[in-house]
Amino acid sequence: MNEQILRINDLAVHFYMDTRIVPAVDGVSFSVSRGETLGLVGESGCGKSVTALSIMRLLPSPPARIVRGEIWFKGENLLDKTNEEMRKIRGNDISMIFQEPMTSLNPVFTVGYQISEVIMQHQNVSKKEALERAIEMLRMVKIPLPEKRIKQYPHQLSGGMRQRVMIAMALACNPELLIADEPTTALDVTIEAQILELINELKERFGSSVIMITHDLGVVAEIADKVAVMYSGRILEQADVHSIFNNPKHPYTQGLLETIPDIDLPRGQRLKEIKGVVPLPDEIKVGCRFKSRCEYVRAECMVDEPPLMQVGSSLVRCWNYA
Amino acid sequence: MLKYIVKRIVLMIPVVTVMTLIVFSIFYFAPGDPVSRIAGPNVTPEVYESIRRKYGLDQPFIIQYLRFMKSVIEGDLGVSILQERPVIEMIKERLPVTLEIGLLGFLITFLIAIPAGVIAAVKKNTMVDYLCMSGTLLGTAIPTFWLGMLLMYFFAYKLRWFPISGYGTIRHLILPSFAIGLTNAAITARMVRSSMLEVLKQDYVRTARSKGLLEKVVIYRHALKNALIPVITLMGLRLGWIIGGSVALEIIFSIPGIGRLMVDSILARDYPVVQGSMIVLTSSIILANILADILYAIVDPRIRYS
Repeated sequence: MNEQILRINDLAVHFYMDTRIVPAVDGVSFSVSRGETLGLVGESGCGKSVTALSIMRLLPSPPARIVRGEIWFKGENLLDKTNEEMRKIRGNDISMIFQEPMTSLNPVFTVGYQISEVIMQHQNVSKKEALERAIEMLRMVKIPLPEKRIKQYPHQLSGGMRQRVMIAMALACNPELLIADEPTTALDVTIEAQILELINELKERFGSSVIMITHDLGVVAEIADKVAVMYSGRILEQADVHSIFNNPKHPYTQGLLETIPDIDLPRGQRLKEIKGVVPLPDEIKVGCRFKSRCEYVRAECMVDEPPLMQVGSSLVRCWNYA
Repeated sequence: MLKYIVKRIVLMIPVVTVMTLIVFSIFYFAPGDPVSRIAGPNVTPEVYESIRRKYGLDQPFIIQYLRFMKSVIEGDLGVSILQERPVIEMIKERLPVTLEIGLLGFLITFLIAIPAGVIAAVKKNTMVDYLCMSGTLLGTAIPTFWLGMLLMYFFAYKLRWFPISGYGTIRHLILPSFAIGLTNAAITARMVRSSMLEVLKQDYVRTARSKGLLEKVVIYRHALKNALIPVITLMGLRLGWIIGGSVALEIIFSIPGIGRLMVDSILARDYPVVQGSMIVLTSSIILANILADILYAIVDPRIRYS
């Protein structure tokens, strides 16, 4: 359980745009142990997906470039791998589920082909065996009539079904790490619950580790063992899931938790929000990244950025705990 | 799928009807009196009238059209005034020649356009891309007949690799086919490139990469199959254009194709032949479009099943 499967050290990814350089991810470190689920939380544009795509080495380059850091996976730095070595890892050892089930499957190939293809790519099996495995995978992700479904095309399936197919495809080679990038954002709430339950169940069965990227703390509560809260390319707080929900330290984490609507809220009362928007990573020159939206802002926040500090069992990047 | 094909073919009927109506009208309303041409200048009104009645020319327009359609359906396109042979026979001789050159040109188009378009898209904004795209720009700008003359000058006259003109062996077909192929390849390669660039941005291409597939599988299978969908539509239109549009090339290379037959007949005022070849050419354009539609449905399951 304690064996670290993934360890990211000081990862920095810059986007080289025409007129400026945007540091989308700026010194992010975290680790995932075998069988563990890490929730990577934050608002849109905070660098969650860029972090995930860096692990897969799937960032479009140009404009993106990994300028600093290490990504250790099972004792090897993925950033030192050749493209060919990396290709063999993708889909086999590490696989990924994306946000948009409607557009993430290829419209001109059958579901069965798209699943069996990944099996044939990484394992030495015949077409027939791969197709049988594909049926088995569809059954595992609880798609009814899998023998019929493998002959169908993505447009004949609903959004929830397509995301199940994506999961089947991602898990087809029994990967040790599954990265799920907002897998339920585009789905109905009822389907969302089913998909999360499915990911949890399959994770147990295969013993995979999961990185769950989301902006929804409800999803995190459902699935994560530990949580990293990202903001503007940095991790602001990192702790186990109980500490995050029961004893949030960083003002941003507290703010996020307060924005969860309460069903007992009196009618007509405004929902809570964190005022302002996430600043672009290149807009902050000095001080804490959250200072412009923070209720507890202090003098030092304006000048210096706080380091990640150990507070109890949590890591927090805030001067209020110094 | 079968239902789709049947539907396409049924939809062809009104198009062909309108097409034949237009062709028929052109010759019906064209100046000149066929009766006086048959009868000669010194004819009595009685003889004139009997000839008119014999050929059914006294009937109203719609009756004449229906009789014309009846014989077209029976495969009778009339008799050539000049050669006094059935038009259908003359077309049967000429059409295969045009088709040979057209299809060979079409093949050359594909063999050049797809790799060039894909490579230009994958290597976007590099020297390779610029080279491909300036080549295609040149190709779209040069008229087919002029390209034909250039090819003839260098490869037939100077290098003597191919015969200058005529028809008979496969070597006679190469230069005109290349003239057609290169011009069409230019426009098609540009289409393939822009279509590929669009597809390469799609989520499913990223998914394919995330599966650890070989890059060539990602490009040539996952991306290209999607990118070809709009290209097929264009190619359907071009196929018709190739068959109907090789007139200038057939004249330059002295190839006895249907385009040449039509031009010769127009000059000789051999109206039945002109009319017949027009019907055959327009039908083949319509047919090419239907083929493209069917191919379209084969590639894109979303069309097949809706």
